Amino acid sequence: MRKAIDDGFREFTQAYGESLEAFFDPLLTFLVWSEKVLLNSPWPLVIIAIAGLAYLGSRSWKLVVGVIVAFCVIGYLGMWEDTMSTLSIITVCTIVAIAIGIPLGILMARSDKVQAVVTPILDIMQTMPSFVYLIPVVMLLGIGKVPGLIAVIIYALPPIVRLTNLGIRHVDPDVVEAANAYGCTSWQKLKNVQIPLALPSIFAGVNQTIMMALSMVVIASMIGVKGLGQPVLKAITNQYFSMGLLNGLAIVAIAIIFDRVSQQYGLRIQKHREGGHGV
Amino acid sequence: MSDKDVKIRIEGLSKIFGANPKSVIPQVQQGISKEDLLKKHKHVLGLDNINMDLHDHSIEVIMGLSGSGKSTLIRHINRLIDPTIGNIIIDGENVCDMNDKQLRDFRQAKTAMVFQKFALLPHRTVIDNVRFGLEMQGKDGAFIKEKAHYWLERVGLKGFEKHYPAQLSGGMQQRVGLARALACDADILMMDEAFSALDPLIRSDMQDILLELQVELKKTIVFITHDLDEALKIGDRIAILNNGRLVQQGPAQDILMNPADDYVERFVADVNRTRVLLAKSIMSAQVPSEINHTDTVVVGQDDTVQEVLHQMLTEDALQVVVADEDGQHVGSIDTDTLAEAVSHQVEEEKTTT
Ligand SMILES: Nc1ncnc2c1ncn2[C@@H]1O[C@H](COP(=O)(O)OP(=O)(O)OP(=O)(O)O)[C@@H](O)[C@H]1O
Ligand SMILES: [Mg+2]
Repeated sequence: MRKAIDDGFREFTQAYGESLEAFFDPLLTFLVWSEKVLLNSPWPLVIIAIAGLAYLGSRSWKLVVGVIVAFCVIGYLGMWEDTMSTLSIITVCTIVAIAIGIPLGILMARSDKVQAVVTPILDIMQTMPSFVYLIPVVMLLGIGKVPGLIAVIIYALPPIVRLTNLGIRHVDPDVVEAANAYGCTSWQKLKNVQIPLALPSIFAGVNQTIMMALSMVVIASMIGVKGLGQPVLKAITNQYFSMGLLNGLAIVAIAIIFDRVSQQYGLRIQKHREGGHGV
Repeated sequence: MSDKDVKIRIEGLSKIFGANPKSVIPQVQQGISKEDLLKKHKHVLGLDNINMDLHDHSIEVIMGLSGSGKSTLIRHINRLIDPTIGNIIIDGENVCDMNDKQLRDFRQAKTAMVFQKFALLPHRTVIDNVRFGLEMQGKDGAFIKEKAHYWLERVGLKGFEKHYPAQLSGGMQQRVGLARALACDADILMMDEAFSALDPLIRSDMQDILLELQVELKKTIVFITHDLDEALKIGDRIAILNNGRLVQQGPAQDILMNPADDYVERFVADVNRTRVLLAKSIMSAQVPSEINHTDTVVVGQDDTVQEVLHQMLTEDALQVVVADEDGQHVGSIDTDTLAEAVSHQVEEEKTTT
């Protein structure tokens, strides 16, 4: 039985592996491109750009100073290249997860049937040990950037889907009723009412998705994804404690920066809603 | 002011909530009570065979205790709720026959709604909230801008354009809600307990604003409230619902003078009649042939009993003659009738305190 499945899957791989790879080509191009941009630009420019984004997101000078210091230290300790690889894979994964996750979350919110189908799949994605689904991905696509990317996306996708769905379902029913009473089409309702009001929740989802992607970096490095995960992996196999520690700390630093910036941004977009409305 | 053209006709409207509403229609048509329907058939009777006309250019109040079906009824007018059986005919068109597109167009063009909890868009500024209905109607930018500013000014919120709803008090938020509704320029204005969340003084202000605007706009306003004083103040007519059934509909005077049943009687018991009942409602049509000017006072037919009493006492009169707007004598009120109108009040105050 097990053998039958394995054989079947192997055949499937042989038949479709290549076209699948072609299918994911744009993803690879995107990743390679973003990596190149980050690595080929002079480092002060990259730091200024990241600090600028952090400021735009959070409007906090403290955070900006933190970003500059963190990246200078990373560069000084020789982890610049790996950090840039990690940043680019996180960026690509997050963008892809948002592009898939938000529409899927919206579909789930609009239909109980879709919700009933998707929820268990998300549960499986979140509870299944990541190594298990690394196997078919690797079998299909081999070792390399793309399978790593896909593994990270699969792992990071559930929170954004869940929280988009939840956010839209929890929009004040009175406001939705008002939208109906004024003759909105369902697209107008989505655009003018449901998405804006669900935004804090959607944002929490984006934040969690980024965190999940970061935590997957080490595991993804096992199947050939470059970045901060690889030195950590090397450190584990060769027992280089300080190397592992430093790279680990770099991951933590990036995580904290992403987390704070996206949280501050999330708070800022809902600041005028403070105190709620009405009763 | 109100000519008697029917704007909204509700015909045989029933609404049953539950798993399979159609299956219990026969029982409902045989007059099963709300309790029995719930107990024996696990369905909730929301509305039971409502037949009523709502007149053009007037404020039609719908009253009833909590759970009597007021919100359910008003939401049938723009079909936010679909009826189980029955028809809603507005300007000769059956709302129940409309498809989605027609229904949206109908809602945009003919109805506007004000909500108890305001239901403003918290992420939009005040002016952008007022613009909302117009945007949905697909009007062009300059038109929307002009209308939105005009109506915001009319409700007294000029200068608050850039505020967010959460920065305003409840009363101000509901003015925004009112401006949003009025900006749509729809014939029918639906207000579901629109002022119930406001404190008494603000509420009274809002009632005044509404009445003032209505003199000029002459819309069909369907106004829900469970506050009889509010109903008497603003309603041209009042409809009273009990457990999903319409028990009485008519001008306030009729309801006060001739309550249809115990439920209505209890409803109107607390009201201060002397401030609501009008001379014309309690007068007899006999005009005395001789008028002794020293002990007779002439009052207007639309004066309240309280005003009549006041004039009697200040002028030391013993007899009251009622005149219409042109000064024609149309009736008289004897002191016994007056005493009864007042004593009704006194008795009730005794029993309630
Ligand atoms: N979606 C629903 N499902 C089941 N029952 C409902 C639903 N909506 C209303 N009802 C029932 O219908 C009846 C009328 O409710 P409705 O909200 O119209 O009352 P109301 O007169 O507006 O009361 P209130 O003054 O509390 O607003 C109530 O018994 C209520 O429980
Ligand atoms: Mg209600």
